[in-house]
Amino acid sequence: MSLSEAEARVDTAVATEDVGGSLLKEAWRRLRRDPVAITGGAMVALFVLVAVIGPWIAPYGPSDRAGAVTPTMIPGPSSQFWFGLDDLGRDELSRVILGARQSLLVGVVSLVLGMIGGLTLGVLAGALGGWVDSLIMRIIDIVLAVPGLLFAIGVAATLGRSLQSVMIAIAVVNVPIFARLLRGQMLSQREADYVAAATSVGLRRRVVVFRHILPNSISPVIVQGTLTLATAIIDAAGLAFLGLGGTDPSVPEWGRMLADSQDYLSGAIHLAIFPGLAIVFAALGFTLFGERLREALDPKYRR
Amino acid sequence: MSAVARTWTGRSGPTSLLEVRDLEVIFTRRGRRDVRAVDGVSFSVDAGETVGIVGESGSGKSITSLAVMGLLPNRGCDVSGSIRFDGEEIATLGGERLRRLRKRFQMIFQDPYSSLNPRMTVAGIVGAALEIHGIGTRRERRERIAELLQLVGLPTRAAERYPHQFSGGQRQRIGVARALAVDPDLIVADEPVSALDVSIRAQILNLLVRLQDRLDLTYVVVSHDLAAVRRISDTVAVMYLGRIVELAPTVQLFRAALHPYTVALISAVLIPDPALQVGRRRIILTGEIPSPANPPTGCHFHTRCWLYQRLDQPERCRTERPPLADRGGGHAAACHFAEDVDGTPEQRQAMGRGVATAVGQATLAAAEAAAAVATVDLDVGDDGDGDVDDDPPLTTT
Repeated sequence: MSLSEAEARVDTAVATEDVGGSLLKEAWRRLRRDPVAITGGAMVALFVLVAVIGPWIAPYGPSDRAGAVTPTMIPGPSSQFWFGLDDLGRDELSRVILGARQSLLVGVVSLVLGMIGGLTLGVLAGALGGWVDSLIMRIIDIVLAVPGLLFAIGVAATLGRSLQSVMIAIAVVNVPIFARLLRGQMLSQREADYVAAATSVGLRRRVVVFRHILPNSISPVIVQGTLTLATAIIDAAGLAFLGLGGTDPSVPEWGRMLADSQDYLSGAIHLAIFPGLAIVFAALGFTLFGERLREALDPKYRR
Repeated sequence: MSAVARTWTGRSGPTSLLEVRDLEVIFTRRGRRDVRAVDGVSFSVDAGETVGIVGESGSGKSITSLAVMGLLPNRGCDVSGSIRFDGEEIATLGGERLRRLRKRFQMIFQDPYSSLNPRMTVAGIVGAALEIHGIGTRRERRERIAELLQLVGLPTRAAERYPHQFSGGQRQRIGVARALAVDPDLIVADEPVSALDVSIRAQILNLLVRLQDRLDLTYVVVSHDLAAVRRISDTVAVMYLGRIVELAPTVQLFRAALHPYTVALISAVLIPDPALQVGRRRIILTGEIPSPANPPTGCHFHTRCWLYQRLDQPERCRTERPPLADRGGGHAAACHFAEDVDGTPEQRQAMGRGVATAVGQATLAAAEAAAAVATVDLDVGDDGDGDVDDDPPLTTT
């Protein structure tokens, strides 16, 4: 019969070349070709590199008196001090470099803590549903009703002035974001036919949740994580600006450097510009990379 | 319920693989009216037979199939009545017992895009059932997967690929392979071809028919496509607003449908023969299908029934639920005036001489067209994709 012959021949014509792979591999391939993603990735890489090797590349120590200053005469950028000196005669470049580590540390730790809390709640709500879901989501609604930074200030102020309390405060703010995101993803994935198919094949509920629903719900979480790093860095700077960060003056923080620069804005604008640019640079890197990652992982953009 | 229970509900004997009795599915939502999606449905499926369930969207046909598969959600959904699979009651069965029994009945889903886990390879998708039921060693499972892929007409190297690398038709074949993996007795197919390109439909239908012969399968096929159902079913159940309104051997149904709704449905099927088509007239049903949350009283269909109008709106249609009563020869229709349908110009026009066979030929014609397309595709098909579907070939380099 001509039909089944043709049918058979069509079927053997399945992709003959060995291309393609898992969704993550494809996303990675698309990212590597995306100039914006590469720019963002490079900015992130530079930031992380500086944070890690900062103490070895900084020309001066964080508390070193590098040059002479008077309250009315704070030297700006020069060939010797690229970013100028601060009000105590310390090298601004060195302090910006050393501040990177603080920002990264606060960003990563608060992100990880926030993710652990958020994803746990999200999985519980998304997998169990019912009253567990209602309870978790109502609590999250309440938390989300308070503006994030305000809430973080409240938490950090309650916990006392330290780096740990900043991390915890930012983590707490991120918990509801991750919880709600993951729950929403799981709910929409739960409706997909492949979940019904997995159930009808005889898979246990637990296996369906962890092997089928969860892996398909996680991409937006990865994206959100990248973007959250950006806001965490800004939030950390914001808390430090308000005097809620670490107390050790020998550990530079970009937010506190910004706060300290306020008194010298007319005479030494560079004290505000360079820490500010550093914050923007780090946050922008994560944002650019995260946005492009979102597109690379989204099947709708697949070509 | 007793009126329905006493009436004829299909040929049932010791060979019935699946027996559904008085199935009711009610969706309950707080603050909303209950929706009786399935309302006293009874039918039975003999081993080796294919039963087609047809109806519009909202007729409860898909819900019926999900109920049979035990896939309805636990919350907000009351299932009552009896579903016996090979003599065992599965409607009330839950947990581990149901899970173990599942390998004997499998499902083919409508949407080949959402029914395959995008993060798993074909081998993972097809092999999941084997793994969970502890069938074979790793190596035996790999061989079984290759065998299954060949069975559904896919090359064995498809195993290592991901679903997005396949066309719609090929994906549906993967879905079929998954359903076959555990060597089930019964396969429930919910609209197995309606998401596919017309040229692919016949291929998949033919595949199902071929597999049935080869593997002794029993099918329940849910579809709104009369031609597709006509092609593969031995028995057809027509559903309207949660009830079966007509149940008959396929040939019988397409020769002389006895329910005004079925007559209207058949009249709407296009016949790819102008000589036959020109003499036909579609029966246009007025209005939309009523909401299952608030169905009409008596006969659900009376609000849109042409015969009801013809007979000057008899009160009985509005007040009394018509039982699904046997009209002889295993042909049952739930209409108070089924005798009056027989011989009406509407019935003659819809069925007509030669129409019964022509409806089936509509599918055949599609099959031939598919073959033609397929041949053409081979000439240009060296993009290594082999798509004959409408989705563009995936480029990944």
